[in-house]
Amino acid sequence: MIHSLFLINCSGDIFLEKHWKSVVSQSVCDYFFEAQEKAVDVENVPPVISTPHHYLISIYRDKIFFVSVIQTEVPPLFVIEFLHRVADTFQVCRRSSNVGDTLPTGQLSNIPWRRAGVKYTNNEAYFDVIEEIDAIIDKSGSTVFAEIQGVIDSCIKLSGMPDLSLSFMNPRLLDDVSFHPCIRFKRWESERVLSFIPPDGNFRLISYRVSSQNLVAIPVYVKHLISFKENSSSGRFDVTIGPKQNMGKTVEGVVMTVHMPKAVLNMNLTATQGSYTFDPVTKVLTWDVGKITPQKLPNLKGIVNLQSGAPKPEENPSLNIQFKIQQLAISGLKVNRLDMYGEKYKPFKGVKYITKAGKFQVRT
Amino acid sequence: MTDSKYFTTTKKGEIFELKAELNSDKKEKKKEAVKKVIASMTVGKDVSALFPDVVNCMQTDNLELKKLVYLYLMNYAKSQPDMAIMAVNTFVKDCEDPNPLIRALAVRTMGCIRVDKITEYLCEPLRKCLKDEDPYVRKTAAVCVAKLHDINAQLVEDQGFLDTLKDLISDSNPMVVANAVAALSEIAESHPSSNLLDLNPQSINKLLTALNECTEWGQIFILDCLANYMPKDDREAQSICERVTPRLSHANSAVVLSAVKVLMKFMEMLSKDLDYYGTLLKKLAPPLVTLLSAEPELQYVALRNINLIVQKRPEILKHEMKVFFVKYNDPIYVKLEKLDIMIRLASQANIAQVLAELKEYATEVDVDFVRKAVRAIGRCAIKVEQSAERCVSTLLDLIQTKVNYVVQEAIVVIKDIFRKYPNKYESVIATLCENLDSLDEPEARAAMIWIVGEYAERIDNADELLESFLEGFHDESTQVQLQLLTAIVKLFLKKPTETQELVQQVLSLATQDSDNPDLRDRGYIYWRLLSTDPVAAKEVVLAEKPLISEETDLIEPTLLDELICYIGTLASVYHKPPSAFVEGSRGVVHKSLPPRTGSSESAESPEAAPSAGQAAEQPAVIPAQGDLLGDLLNLDLGPPVSGPPLAASSVQMGAVDLLGGGLDSLLRSDVGGSPAMGGSGFTAPGPAAPAGMGAPLGSGLGDLFDLTGGVGTLSGSYVAPKTVWLPAMKAKGLEISGTFSRQVGAISMDLVLTNKALQVMSDFAIQFNRNSFGLAPAAPLQVHAPLAPNQSVEISLPLNTVGSVMKMDPLNNLQVAVKNNIDVFYFSTLYPLHILFVEDGKMERQMFLATWKDIPNENEAQFQIKDCSLNADAVSNKLQGSNIFTIAKRNVEGQDMLYQSLKLTNGIWVLAELRIQPSNPSFTLSLKCRAPEVSQYVYQAYDAILKN
Repeated sequence: MIHSLFLINCSGDIFLEKHWKSVVSQSVCDYFFEAQEKAVDVENVPPVISTPHHYLISIYRDKIFFVSVIQTEVPPLFVIEFLHRVADTFQVCRRSSNVGDTLPTGQLSNIPWRRAGVKYTNNEAYFDVIEEIDAIIDKSGSTVFAEIQGVIDSCIKLSGMPDLSLSFMNPRLLDDVSFHPCIRFKRWESERVLSFIPPDGNFRLISYRVSSQNLVAIPVYVKHLISFKENSSSGRFDVTIGPKQNMGKTVEGVVMTVHMPKAVLNMNLTATQGSYTFDPVTKVLTWDVGKITPQKLPNLKGIVNLQSGAPKPEENPSLNIQFKIQQLAISGLKVNRLDMYGEKYKPFKGVKYITKAGKFQVRT
Repeated sequence: MTDSKYFTTTKKGEIFELKAELNSDKKEKKKEAVKKVIASMTVGKDVSALFPDVVNCMQTDNLELKKLVYLYLMNYAKSQPDMAIMAVNTFVKDCEDPNPLIRALAVRTMGCIRVDKITEYLCEPLRKCLKDEDPYVRKTAAVCVAKLHDINAQLVEDQGFLDTLKDLISDSNPMVVANAVAALSEIAESHPSSNLLDLNPQSINKLLTALNECTEWGQIFILDCLANYMPKDDREAQSICERVTPRLSHANSAVVLSAVKVLMKFMEMLSKDLDYYGTLLKKLAPPLVTLLSAEPELQYVALRNINLIVQKRPEILKHEMKVFFVKYNDPIYVKLEKLDIMIRLASQANIAQVLAELKEYATEVDVDFVRKAVRAIGRCAIKVEQSAERCVSTLLDLIQTKVNYVVQEAIVVIKDIFRKYPNKYESVIATLCENLDSLDEPEARAAMIWIVGEYAERIDNADELLESFLEGFHDESTQVQLQLLTAIVKLFLKKPTETQELVQQVLSLATQDSDNPDLRDRGYIYWRLLSTDPVAAKEVVLAEKPLISEETDLIEPTLLDELICYIGTLASVYHKPPSAFVEGSRGVVHKSLPPRTGSSESAESPEAAPSAGQAAEQPAVIPAQGDLLGDLLNLDLGPPVSGPPLAASSVQMGAVDLLGGGLDSLLRSDVGGSPAMGGSGFTAPGPAAPAGMGAPLGSGLGDLFDLTGGVGTLSGSYVAPKTVWLPAMKAKGLEISGTFSRQVGAISMDLVLTNKALQVMSDFAIQFNRNSFGLAPAAPLQVHAPLAPNQSVEISLPLNTVGSVMKMDPLNNLQVAVKNNIDVFYFSTLYPLHILFVEDGKMERQMFLATWKDIPNENEAQFQIKDCSLNADAVSNKLQGSNIFTIAKRNVEGQDMLYQSLKLTNGIWVLAELRIQPSNPSFTLSLKCRAPEVSQYVYQAYDAILKN
């Protein structure tokens, strides 16, 4: 399967290598560097690269490339998933490191995800319903594509072997769901109830997708005018963001980022709210708006200066919007109740909802 | 407390100090010292000198210390093999430790020490651990077998570990099962011919149970293993599918994709009329879409696989177009893949949206992506006729941007649109001509020249335009030169008076000053044609061209089927079978989809699908030599029936050989439809035709195979000569003649399709109505290239007998529907029953006697076979060739009595008594069978076999 693994930082140093079968020379990474150079942007390095004698399958996480060397036919997703797990483990390891002397937890039990003998003085179960809206909005403001990527992240600190049942007011919303292995699939199929013995601590219970057929509500709208005059070295920029359909909740944490065309030299703008920065090197405009109040809509407007003599830019920059809405799951998903069986004590239960922008793009 | 202190360097004499500490009496100090050693080792310092001292610390009850020492051993054993032997005793002892964790740790470490000398000591402890009472030890030991196999395969086989490993598939613990499967899969990969994972319904059941309970990684191994299983019938396939479907909701994308593979493969066996089939189709879409919200690396692999799935079963994702819309910050490798899939999914229903998106993409920054988007617009126009007009106007808008690469790309695709919709959009030519000067890429120049030549009569200054290209003739690429030659000849034929000089010039440039044989030959052909008969030249060069096909870069069906079996693997990312790229793949076994409503018979015998098997072995890119071989085959062996078109063979990948059209039509009238050259090589070119390249040779070899198959009739069953089943008059010019044959257990329908119409035929498909013995095609009808007028193609269609059964009258009646791009045609034919006589139809003597008595006398039927002058032995031999077996021979009063048996594919036995009188050319045949209605047809078979 994986022959060797190299960890490479952004400046191209191989700072860690691990070989399982035999040592593969570091020079195999030259093919990777070649691809990296060709891709220009680190994010564009293709994840599967073939070299004369090996295959390199890589992921890019936290400014580190995890490059694995493969010699036989393997499922690349297996490798990529595994590399992500390795990356996760490294993150955990930064916090603590020690050599354990117990059996890997739960290896032998029927519920390998839970360790035995869990004990808490305060028994608590918290669920965060987090929904991200991925959307593409076209020039005229109509939705080209929208879907909700939702997850329920749980923090369960319950003693013993609790058996939980989580039910929803409207489980029909969930037609495309991925489950944590602890969930009993049959119960879900027949009753639409999440029944499970939870792992201890933090974990992702389910992730789900609500696609455009179910009408994804778009909580903000953007009015924009970005134009460049022919044969002139300037242009206009005028963007207003407003709230809509948010069920009385406030849209906050609003940040807009725009990759301006290469020809843009700098921008002279005034923001009615929040602050903006323009990085003349990367050509990225960032506008930190904050909270939107419907009474006074935030606006950013002014002049764009182009390099003198540069032709009028052809491409239209997309506006990338981030936002957050507390106490709202935009799909309308609501937890009905949580029951616990198998243990006698009364746990403390809590559910929190939050909606965020995922890949939320407005074309201009 | 952190462990970072171990990594701080100390002064000189470090090794010396460590040595002292390692030999300390205090346990704590020892442990600290080993930690320091490990720390030095990890940062790359050589601490191998401490080997004996560290190994001495191995005998300890402290698990933490033991782990550290084992870690050290794994690292240095290879460089110190002699010293590593010192550790063996402790390993052996640890393998019997009461603590299962220590037992497992020991066996795992031993597997990781890749030293030959140690391996033999490993065998005994490993054998014990494989049968350990603790599942954790067993599962660790299972993996150790695979590791050991990698070091010394022979040893593992001699020690019988493989059998033990196979037994573990039935273990009670799911983790052990999963690891056993993982180990066996890994071993099987290096020994593809071994039947390590020989699964049966019982072991499948074990795997499916373990699937629900083991870890995600184990699930991937089990699913991949399941995918290699061939269910015995559609019911088993369905039940496996039902139990695999929950895996589609797994959070690990590799599990999901492996489950998709199993389902895609087994679906092949399910009847499309089944409710469950529809349910399964619906269930497949959401998980595939969900994969697209994962990390970009995962998305990429998922998209490459979706690309295959969409080609195989477009219905799964036809409503999910929007998820493939490109986000501006997707990595470029994701963008390009999404675009590809968008075009595949484009249909009349969603074309407006798709087009709006593509237009948006054409203004993006990334050049590769923009080019592909522009090309995609052209492909939409060709694919969805209703959208052609909008596509053309979109392309014109893009040309107006004057962005150089956009213009060039647009011109290339507009040329294809002209080809697809002649005389419709020529009004845009003027706009195109304005951009002539900015074209610097050969493909765009060639496309533009083609347009000018093709529409020379509508372009006033066509001669000037072409002349301007002629100035730098020798600097142009071959593609452009060829194009220019033809364009000027076309121009000359259209406007002979003004362009005589020009055509002289180009002909002499091509024939006298060029080193390129293609160019020279083409120049000579034109020259001779023009000088002998200009009228004929006009008819040839300006002949109407066949239309180009809609889909241009589809993967060849046999390759696609094979790749479906490799969903989720590297092969699916590269869209090539593993044999084409995995280094040192020791005779990779080709995988193939199960035949619909699977037949174990045809699955086992490769002869069942000769053309499919052959074609699949060819890598996607055919080497030039291969083409030559194909050419020779067709020239030498091609009977009156011509093979697939080979004219396309000289076409460079991706390069559009526009002249093919002219040349092709030239040849057609010139050589009078000679089989080798008359093929319509023109249908292949399109914006890019890599997959098309695979077809010619594949089917060329397929032909060869068929031919040898034909010769093989000597040893196989009797094959009747082909008769016309469907006359051309009844089928709008399509004539079908054919016969049936049986060889080594494989039944096939040997067809000759002849196109007697004036238009090209393509998109062939065949279907059988339900029939008495469940005969059904075991593979789709593979006609690799469109059939040109007056062309024939010979096809051997493998059949199986697992189709739906319905009693027909007459019993051997077969109703067939054949479809092509023109219409659907129906005909019926009678098949000789002996194609259903199976190879193991020889009954035991005793059994024969008992059965003969057992079958009631009213079931006996008597027939006369007249005018047959063979003697008893010759008869016996002849019949045996067609699977009628003589069990006994008796001579009664000068008559020879032959007792014979045969078995039909559906298990019906027929017993026969054949009476032969030396002086009488008439034989008496008595047949006994529990299903007497077959007797008449068995008699007909006897008659046919004996008389031929």
